[in-house]
Amino acid sequence: MDNHMFAATELNRKNQRTEKLVRMLFILMASLLILPVLIILGTLIYKGGSIISIDFLFTDPTNGMTEGGIFPALLGTIWLVAVALVISVPLGIAAAIYLSEYAPDNWFTRLINLAIINLAGVPSIVHALFGVGAFVVFFGFGTSILAASLTLAIMTLPVVIVSTRESLQAVPHSFREACWNMGATRWQTIRRVVLPNAISGILTGIILEVSRTAGETAPIMFTGAVFFSPFLPQGIMDQTMALSLHLFVVSTQVPGVPENLPYGVALVLIGMVLIMNSVSIAFRMRLRGKKKW
Amino acid sequence: MNIAIKEKPVELAICAHQLNLWYGTFQALFDVDLKIKKGIITSLIGPSGCGKSTFLRSVNRINERLGYVRIDGRVEVFDQNVYAPEVELVQLRKQVGMVFQRPDPLPTSIRENVLFGYKLHSKKSGNRTQQDEIVEQALQQVLLWDKVKDRLHHKATSLSLEEQQKLCIARLLPVKPRILLMDEPCSALDPKGTEAVEELIWELRGQYSILIVTHNMAQARRASEECIFMLMGRVVEHTPTNQMFVTPAQQETADYIEGRYG
Repeated sequence: MDNHMFAATELNRKNQRTEKLVRMLFILMASLLILPVLIILGTLIYKGGSIISIDFLFTDPTNGMTEGGIFPALLGTIWLVAVALVISVPLGIAAAIYLSEYAPDNWFTRLINLAIINLAGVPSIVHALFGVGAFVVFFGFGTSILAASLTLAIMTLPVVIVSTRESLQAVPHSFREACWNMGATRWQTIRRVVLPNAISGILTGIILEVSRTAGETAPIMFTGAVFFSPFLPQGIMDQTMALSLHLFVVSTQVPGVPENLPYGVALVLIGMVLIMNSVSIAFRMRLRGKKKW
Repeated sequence: MNIAIKEKPVELAICAHQLNLWYGTFQALFDVDLKIKKGIITSLIGPSGCGKSTFLRSVNRINERLGYVRIDGRVEVFDQNVYAPEVELVQLRKQVGMVFQRPDPLPTSIRENVLFGYKLHSKKSGNRTQQDEIVEQALQQVLLWDKVKDRLHHKATSLSLEEQQKLCIARLLPVKPRILLMDEPCSALDPKGTEAVEELIWELRGQYSILIVTHNMAQARRASEECIFMLMGRVVEHTPTNQMFVTPAQQETADYIEGRYG
């Protein structure tokens, strides 16, 4: 056995041992990622699960926000996210289509790309102050859903643009050439071939954007969200409560809140995000199954 | 109008006058003069880099997409200069269809592939019956109808390469092109597929003027009526195919077709 031509040498064995060790190390590192998720979810469910009920979701807070439900905040978050989407999605998709399909490689395109990268890097509190200056004061929208959603939209625009552009770029170039060679214009090519094949990626990006927007606190707290409002918002010029800000308020600003209330609010917020993400993943898998190349 | 055409029948499909072409500073075509006849199959042969594909792509002007191409001279398609300022590229590409080395069906159904060009180029996309007729006619012409008539809604990419290539030819036909350019249309296919597509190309002659670039000498010999040999960006010889392969006029041609280089 030992004198087999292909038997392992001492060096081979040593390399094999190192290989095993390194592999274990990487597995361990990667698995560590699961921990925080489990701990967060576990804590929230353990401490806040008891308060979750239909009533909690659909009634107003009472008694100085120490009792009752979270309906106005839940509704407010939906308002904010929806209006932000209406603004950022068309703008973002149009910009991405230009950058992916039309833009020549020149200083102007590079300037736009630079702007996107910088916009993505601006801290959310700076966005908040920009929102106050631009939308609340300068355009005179006041603190309103409109001002808050515009701020959120600008903040999430880079995400929409980048994810849409990547989805468009993932459509093989040969399809475009095939269309052009048949005499199709750029727009005909985009509408008939590129967009239908990129739509799953674009939608995934948008859903991820929704989940991010829902959790933002800083950009809305000066621009449209309020600590407490006895009224539900009737339109985009109204102020509103929001889940993320409500969580901040009941955790730190109001005395005498039962322990399970903030945890319950956090659980609802994270639940919303997780549901959106699962929808996005399910969507992607469904459409990927239908991919035609 | 009709009388004028009868008096002076259009004989030439493609006519190049002193065509010079540069990619940046590299000159790919030198003083190309060619008269390619209407209604027959003409093959373009020559070693890699001799300019045959470049010439083909300068007929429907898809070279220009590269952006750094400069052209001097003229290419006429049915006596019309395709480099005239009033030429609309969409019209040019509609009437001068092109087939590529690798079949490039679009990621939709077989039916939608056939209708794609038609829908691009007509104001109304027609009713269902009209569309069905167009699809059947085009697929009949490329000898594909019997094979795919029961699965028109399947994805085009589920077809074999040979069938995909036939489909790529079929989708050109509904817009009634006058010229078909083919850039090594069989080189991605196995021998059986090659035979089938060659047969199809042979079927289509007469109705269309076909210019086909090929690396395959046997194919040029089998499937074309006239043959052009190019070398280093110049046309060396343009004669009926039989003649070229039996008694080539130029030494370079003889060397190439005997396989001494290329």
